[in-house]
Amino acid sequence: MEITPALLVASCMVVALIIYALMGGADFGGGMWHLLGTGPRAKEQQKAISRALAPIWEANHVWLILVIVLLFTGFPNAFAVMMTALHIPVTLILIGIVLRGSAFVFRKYDRSEAPRRRWGVLFSLSCFFTPFMEGVTVGALATGDIRFVDGQVTTGFFAGWLSPFALTCGVFAVVLFAFLAATYLTVDPESEPELRDDFRRRALAAGLCLVPVAIAAFALSRNGAPEVFAGLTRWWAPFLLGATAVFGAAALFLLWTRRFALARMAAIGQVTLILGGWSLAQFPKLVTPDVTFANSAAPAITLRLLLIALALGGLFLFPSLFFLYRLFKGRDAH
Amino acid sequence: MDDFLFARSQMGMSLGFHIIFAAIGIGLPVLMAIAEAAWIRTGNPVYLDLAKRWARGASILFAVGAVSGTVLSFELGLLWPGFMAKAGAIIGMPFSLEGFAFFMEAIFLGVYFHGWDRLSPWWHWTSGVMVALGGVLSGVFVVTANAWMNAPAGFKIVDGKITDIDPVAAMLNPASAHEVIHMTLAAFVATGFAVAAVHAFFLLRDRQSEFHRRALGMALAVGCGCAPFQVWSGDYSARAVASLQPAKLAAMEGLYHSMKGAPLMIGGVPNDKTRTNAYAIQIPRALSLLVARDPGAWVAGLEEFPRADWPNVKLVHWSFDFMVACGFYLLACSIAAAWLWWRKRGLPDARWFLRSIVLAGPLGFLAIEAGWMVTELGRQPWIIYGVMRTKEAVTPMPGIAVPFISFTVLYLFLSVIVVVLLRRQFLEAPDSK
Repeated sequence: MEITPALLVASCMVVALIIYALMGGADFGGGMWHLLGTGPRAKEQQKAISRALAPIWEANHVWLILVIVLLFTGFPNAFAVMMTALHIPVTLILIGIVLRGSAFVFRKYDRSEAPRRRWGVLFSLSCFFTPFMEGVTVGALATGDIRFVDGQVTTGFFAGWLSPFALTCGVFAVVLFAFLAATYLTVDPESEPELRDDFRRRALAAGLCLVPVAIAAFALSRNGAPEVFAGLTRWWAPFLLGATAVFGAAALFLLWTRRFALARMAAIGQVTLILGGWSLAQFPKLVTPDVTFANSAAPAITLRLLLIALALGGLFLFPSLFFLYRLFKGRDAH
Repeated sequence: MDDFLFARSQMGMSLGFHIIFAAIGIGLPVLMAIAEAAWIRTGNPVYLDLAKRWARGASILFAVGAVSGTVLSFELGLLWPGFMAKAGAIIGMPFSLEGFAFFMEAIFLGVYFHGWDRLSPWWHWTSGVMVALGGVLSGVFVVTANAWMNAPAGFKIVDGKITDIDPVAAMLNPASAHEVIHMTLAAFVATGFAVAAVHAFFLLRDRQSEFHRRALGMALAVGCGCAPFQVWSGDYSARAVASLQPAKLAAMEGLYHSMKGAPLMIGGVPNDKTRTNAYAIQIPRALSLLVARDPGAWVAGLEEFPRADWPNVKLVHWSFDFMVACGFYLLACSIAAAWLWWRKRGLPDARWFLRSIVLAGPLGFLAIEAGWMVTELGRQPWIIYGVMRTKEAVTPMPGIAVPFISFTVLYLFLSVIVVVLLRRQFLEAPDSK
C-alpha cells in the first residue's frame, strides 16, 4: 500500500480519536460513577472523581475538536456527508457536551447543597448520554445504511444510527468508558486506599459487563455492519481479536490481583486495539459503503500543510500534556 | 420562518452566545496575569486575592466557552454542509491551528486553576501567560477563517470547480489583518470595561476598599489603554471594507446612491423601496473624507449592486451605528480616566466617573455583538463573498426550528446560571457587602 498524505492524515485522525476515547472517554466514565456512588464512601468517591477530572477534562475534550478539524480539513466531503446524514445524533452529542461541561463547573462553584446535588445528577446523566450518542454515531458510519450518490445523501436523516448495531455500539461506548474510568481511578493520586478498592470492584464489574456487549456488537456486525465484519475476516483479524481478548483478560486479572498500574496499561492497550482494529477493518471507508479516504480527501497541498501543522503542533502539544499530567497525575502529585 | 432562516438564526445565536465567552477568554487571563505579577513583585496579598477571584470567575466562563465553541465547530457542518464541502480544504488550516491553540489554552488553564500550590509563583504566572497566549491565538486563527468568507483568496474557480488551492494565501487573505486586530482589541476593551464596571459598582458603596480600588485600576488600564487603538482600528477596518466589500460599506452607512462628497449618515431609517435614509443626521462630505481621506471622493452606494446582492440594510446600518456609538462612549471614558488620573496622580474615584464606568460595563460586549452583526449580516446573501450564496450551502435537513429552539433555550438557561453564579462570586469578594 502506498503511503499518501491522505493516509497519514487519516492515521493521525484515528490516533486522535483513540486518545479522545482514552482520555475524554474516561472523563465521561468518571461522571457515570459519580452518579453510581454507593456505600459508606459515596461522598468520598464523588469527591475523588471530581478532583481527578477538574484539571484535565477541558484538555481531554480538545481531542474531539482535533478529530473534527482534521476531518473537515482533510476530508471535507466526508464531513459534509456525516453532518448531513447524522444531523440528529450529532446535535444530541452537542447538547450532551454542553450540559456535561456546564453542569460540572456549576456544581463546583455552586456553594449550596441542594443545587450542587442537582448539578451533579445532570452532569452524570449527560456523561451517560453523550458517549452513548457518540458510540451510536460512530457505529452508524459502519452500517452501510448511509448512502451518498451523485453528491447527495439519499438515505435521509434516520439511516444507520437507529440500527441495532449502532445502538449496541452506543451501549458499548458507555460500558467501555465506565470500565476505563474505574480502572484509572484505582491509581489516581486523588484516590485514598479504601476508595481504590471501591473503584477496583467497579472496574471489575464494568469489565465483565463489557464481554457480552462486545460479543453482541460483533455478532450484530455480521448483518449490521457487513463491511467491518468482512474486514475482520482478513488474515490479521484473528491476531487482532486474540490480542484484544488477551489485553482485556489481563486487565481483569490484574485488577483482581490489585496490580492497578499494570491493569491501567492493559486497559489502555485493550481500548487502543478495539478502536485501531475497527479502523483497520473499516479501512479505507469513512462512511460505508460510498465514502472513502481517497474519494473525499482534500487536495494534496492541504493535506501536506496539515501534516506540517500537526508535526509542529505535536512538538508543542505533547510536552505540555506531559507537564499537565505529571503535575496532577504523577506519583508525587498529591 | 423557513428552515433556511432558522439555520441562519441558529448559527447567529450560537456565535452571539459563544463570542462573549471567547472574548472574556482572551481578555481575562491578561488581567489575571497582571494581578499575579503585581503580587509576585510587591508581595501585597490583595493582588493574590484578586488574581484568585478573577480566576474563579474565569473557570466558569471558560468551561461554557469551551463547550459552546465545540458546538460551533460542528454546526459549520450541521448547518452549512455545502459550505464545508467546498471550503474545508481551503480554510481548514486556521481551524487546525486553532485546535492547537485551544489545546494550549485548555492545558494551561488546568495548570493555572488547579496548580496554585503545586508550582513556584513564576511558573504559575507563566502558565497564566500561556492561557492568555492560547486565547489570543485561538481568536486570531478563527477570525482569519471568518475573514476568508468575507474576502476569499487562495483558490481559483475553473468551470465551476475549485482548483489551485493555496491554504496559506487563504489564511492571509486581505480581510485578515483588520478583522484580527479589531476583534483582539475588542476583547481587551470589552473585558477591561466589564471588569472595571463590576469593581466600580462596589466602590460606589465603599470607596475605601483597597481590593476594589486595585482591581479597578488594573481593569481600567487594560480597557482604557486599548480603547483609542480600537477606534483607530475601526477606521482602518472600515476603509478595508470599502475596498473589499463596497456593498457592505454602503449598507453600514445607509448609502443608497453613489456620489462624490458623500455625507456621513448617523441613525435614520433606511428604506430600500424609496432608497432614502429618512431622519438621519447628516455630516456633509464626512463619509468621503473617512473612506478616502478626501472630502470630494466618490463613494459607491447600494445602487451599484443588483438588488439581490444587498444585505439587510436596516439591520446592518443600525448595528454599525450602535457599535460606533458604544466605541465612542468607551473612548470618552478612557479620555476622562486618563485626565483624572493625571490631575489626581491616583485612581479616579469621583462618583460621576464610577457611575459612567458602571454604565460602560456592558457596552463593550454589546459593541462586539453589533460588530459581528455588521460583519455577518453585511456579508449576506453570500456565505463566501461573491463565490457562494448562503442559500446554496444550507443543510437539506428539515425541521431546523427544533435544534434552533433547543439551543436557544439551553443557552438562555446557561446564561441565567452563569449570571447567578458570577453575581454570588462578586458578592463574596472582600468589602462587597
